[in-house]
Amino acid sequence: MSAHGTRGGGMTWVGRAIRRLEDPALVTGQGRFTADLPTAYSVRFVRSQVAAGKIIKIDAPKYAPVVTAVDLKDVKPILPMLHKFAYKPVGQPVLADGVVRFVGEPIAAVVAATAGEAEDIADLVSVEITETTPVVDARAALEAKAPQLHASAPGNVILEGQFKSDGFDAAWKTAYKIVTVEARSRRQNATPMEPRGGHAAYDAASDRVTLTCTTQMPHLTRTAIADLLDFPEADLRVVAPDVGGGFGQKMSLAGEYIVLVWLARKYKSSFAWTEDRRENLIAGFHARDQYITLDGAFDKDGKLFAIKADVAANVGAYSCFPTTCGVEPLMAMAEMPGPYDVRHYQCHARGILTNTCTMAPYRGVSRPVITFTIERLMDKAAAALGIDPVDIRRRNLVDKFPYKTAMGLEYDEASYKQTLEMAVAAIDLPAFRKRQKEARAQGRHLGIGFSTFCERTGYGSSTFAARGMAITPGWETVIVSVDPSGFVEARIGSSPHGQGLRTTLAQIIADEIGVPPDMIKVVHGDTDRAPYGWGTFASRSLVIGGGATLIAARKVRAKLLKIASTMLEAAETDIVLEDGKARVAGTDRVVSITGMAREAYTQTHRFKGEIDPGISETGHYDPPGTFSNACHVAIVEVDVETGKVTIEKFLVAEDAGRIINPMIADGQVHGGIAQGIGNALLEEMIYDDNGAPLTATLADYMPPTAHEIPPIELHHIETPSVNSITKAKGLGEGGTIGAPAAIINAINDALAPFGVEIDEMPATPRRIRTLLRAKENAA
Amino acid sequence: MSAKEAITLRINGRDHAVSVEPRKTLADTIREDCEQTGTHIGCEHGICGACTVLVGGEPVRSCLMFAVQAAGKAIRTVEGLADGDKLHPMQQAFMDHHGLQCGFCTPGFLMLAVGVLEREPNISDEDLVDVLSSNLCRCTGYQNIINAVRAAAKKMRRK
Repeated sequence: MSAHGTRGGGMTWVGRAIRRLEDPALVTGQGRFTADLPTAYSVRFVRSQVAAGKIIKIDAPKYAPVVTAVDLKDVKPILPMLHKFAYKPVGQPVLADGVVRFVGEPIAAVVAATAGEAEDIADLVSVEITETTPVVDARAALEAKAPQLHASAPGNVILEGQFKSDGFDAAWKTAYKIVTVEARSRRQNATPMEPRGGHAAYDAASDRVTLTCTTQMPHLTRTAIADLLDFPEADLRVVAPDVGGGFGQKMSLAGEYIVLVWLARKYKSSFAWTEDRRENLIAGFHARDQYITLDGAFDKDGKLFAIKADVAANVGAYSCFPTTCGVEPLMAMAEMPGPYDVRHYQCHARGILTNTCTMAPYRGVSRPVITFTIERLMDKAAAALGIDPVDIRRRNLVDKFPYKTAMGLEYDEASYKQTLEMAVAAIDLPAFRKRQKEARAQGRHLGIGFSTFCERTGYGSSTFAARGMAITPGWETVIVSVDPSGFVEARIGSSPHGQGLRTTLAQIIADEIGVPPDMIKVVHGDTDRAPYGWGTFASRSLVIGGGATLIAARKVRAKLLKIASTMLEAAETDIVLEDGKARVAGTDRVVSITGMAREAYTQTHRFKGEIDPGISETGHYDPPGTFSNACHVAIVEVDVETGKVTIEKFLVAEDAGRIINPMIADGQVHGGIAQGIGNALLEEMIYDDNGAPLTATLADYMPPTAHEIPPIELHHIETPSVNSITKAKGLGEGGTIGAPAAIINAINDALAPFGVEIDEMPATPRRIRTLLRAKENAA
Repeated sequence: MSAKEAITLRINGRDHAVSVEPRKTLADTIREDCEQTGTHIGCEHGICGACTVLVGGEPVRSCLMFAVQAAGKAIRTVEGLADGDKLHPMQQAFMDHHGLQCGFCTPGFLMLAVGVLEREPNISDEDLVDVLSSNLCRCTGYQNIINAVRAAAKKMRRK
C-alpha cells in the first residue's frame, strides 16, 4: 500500500509515478555493464591466503607475465587523509609490498588472453609467506600485546574522536535511572549483484586510456588514479556504464583499477578484470563491525537527558579512499542521539585496525548500528521504568524545529512524532497485543518492535569539511542544454546505478521547460561527457544533483522565455512553456522548442546581442544537508525451539520531504528494508581466529531471498525541506537504517517471557538458541 | 587448458557455431563467444541466478552448465524475449511495477519467471514466491518483482 498525499495545484511531472526511462534497455538485455566489454587481455589477481605475514618470495611460471610491487615501484600507495581526530595516515600499496595484512589482499596480477587462462596461471604462482600472528577482533586489537598492523598507528588505533558537552558530569549525576546497552554488530558485505570490475583500454590516436569500471564516483576515480600513477588527468577517461548496484562498496577506490590503467599505459592495449564472488566477499570492502556501549541517563518520567557512548569500529587492515575509515566511527559519534532530544552527550569513538578486509561505506554507514543501539536503549529503559515503548519515544522525540543537537547538528523541519503516531495507528497496537497474548497461550511467540530515526541526507561540502577530510565532496554541477534540433540533454556529475535518477531529474527539468521527460536525456558516468561531480552515494543525488538540475533548468527556462518573447513579440510574463512549445497564453501564437533552439544557434543576429548564443546553462548546488525521518515497525514470530525468526509484517511511516517519483521512492525503501532484514537476521562475514574468512560464497554469506521479505506497508508524510531547493530529502539509506532496530526490538519483545535479551546482529537462530539454552540450563 | 570442441548453440532461434574448451560454462560462452551479454554472471556458483537462461524450456543456471552440454538444445536468453519492438508481458510488467533498479539481476529473474510460467501457467501465488526465491536481487526487496510476475502471469494466461 502506498499513500502519498496530494501535491496541490496543476499537473506537474514532479510527484508522478511515471515509469523509468532506464528500464527499456535493462529489461531487453541491452544494458551495458563493465564486464560486457570485449578485451584483449584478462587480469587475475593473486591474493594473500594468510591474514598476516611477510612475503619472502613470489615465483611465477617463466612464460607468464606477472606484475608485482617490484614493477609498481613508481606507483604511489593509496593514502586517504583526515586532518582531524588524531588520524594516522596508513598507506596501502596497490599490490602488497613485502607485507600482507588480510586474506584477499592483492599480491600480484597475472595477465593472459582469457579469464580462464589467467586463473590457471594464477594458480601456478607461488607466494612464500612467513606468517605472523594476526588480530581479527577490534577489542583484541586494543590489548597491550596485540600484533601491530602499521607502525604509523601504534596500538592499532587509526583515529579517535572525543566529545563531551558542557555540564555533562553534573547532569549525569542527577540520573534517576541509568540504562546500558552492550551492542554488537557483526561484519557485513554490501554484496552488489554485479561484482566489481574494470576495463582499461589504450587509444593510440589520442594517447589516452579509458577506464570503464564499476564505480559510484567516476570523476574522483580519475583524479585519484592520475595522481597515484603521476600522469595528466586529461589523459584518463573514466566511464561508469550501467553499474549493477553499489551500496557504497563501489565508491571506494579499488587498487585493482590502478593496476589495469598501469598495464594499459605500459603495454598500449586493453586489460580487464572482473572479480569473482569470492573475491568480492573477502576483498570487496566490509562494514558495520562495531562494538558500542551506550549508557543513557533517564529521569523518573522516562526523559532521556544524557547519553554516554563508546564506539569501537573494526576498520580492517587499511583505510578506504576517499572517505577514510573515519566514516563509521565519526558518523556514529555525530549522529548517535538520533531523533531524540538529548541535551548532554559524551562520546569516545575509535577506528581500530585489524587483519581483516578494509571497511568502507555501506548503505546507512554506522546508522543501522547506532539506531539499533539507541532503540535498544529505549526499549530497555521502557521496561526498566515501566513505560510503554511507544510512550517513551513520544516523551523523547524532537518536535521543535530547527533543532540543534548537543554536538551542534541542525535538524530541519521534520515529522518525528507524526510518523511514530502514524505507524502506531496503522499497525493497530492494541489488536496486536491481544493477538500476542492469545498466541503466547498457544506457545507461539510474537513480538512487535519499533524504531524511530532521522537520517542526514543531501549534505554538501561543509559537512565533509567538518570531518577534516582532505577531499571534501558535497556539491554537484549539472549542465542542461538544448541543441539546435531541440533535443534536451542534462549532463550531471552524479553517477546513479539503479536509483532511477535519469527519470527523476528529467521530471524536474520537464516541469521547468515544458518538455515531457521522455524527450530529455540525462547523461552521467563519463568524465568526457559529464561535468566534474562527486557521484552517487550518501542519499545525496536527488537532493544535490536534483538541486543543481533545478537551478540549471530554471536558467534554461529563463532563456527560452527570452527567446520566445523576441520571436513571438510578447512579454515574457505572457508566455507559457508546455508540450515542447512556447505559447502566448490564451492565444494560438506558438513556437516549438526546436524553432527556438534553431533561432538560438543559427539566427543569433536577431537577438541584437541581448541573448547569448546557444542554449546551455550550468547549475551548481552545495546545500547544508537535510534530515529525513521515519518510524519502522516489525512484527515477528520467534520459534523458540529452533531460534528461527519469521517476519510477519513490516510497516514504515516515512518522511523524505517532497517526493519526486513515488514509485521510485517506494522502491528505494523496499530495497533498503530488505538489506536491513539481512543485517538483522542473516548476513555476517565470519573470520576464524587466524583471520581466514569462512563466508566466502553466497551459500554462506546470505542476503535475503524473496522468502525472507514480508509484505511491506508504506505510509508517507511530506515535510518540504527548507535546506533543499527541490524540497526533497534523501531516502536512499533510510530503509537500511531503521529496519534492523525494529526487528531486533520485535525479537526481544517476543522473547520477553523468557527473560533473555539479544543485543547482537545478526540475531541468528544459533545466537537466539544459545541465550535460551543458557536460561534453561540456569533454571 | 584443453583442446577445444566445435559445437553449435541455438540461441533464440539462431545458430552460433563456436569452438570452446569443454570446461567453458554456458554463461561464459553465451557472453563471450556468442556476444549476447544480456545474460549476467553474479556468483559463478549457482546461488544468485543472474545467469538464468532457458535450455529446452527449463530455467537453468548457465554458470553451472557447460556449453558442450547445451549443444543442439534450444536456448533462450533475455535478448529473445521481445517480439521485435513488442515487449514480452513479463518485460512490460517489470517496467510497470518497478521490478528492477540496477537491472543486473533482471535478465535472470525474467527468464526464471517466463520459464516457470510457460511450464506451469496456473502456479499458485505461494509457489511463485517459492520459485522467485531461487534468485537474488539486492536492490528491490522483491516486493515489486513479485507484483510484476503476478501481473504478467495473469496476462500470459489470457493469451
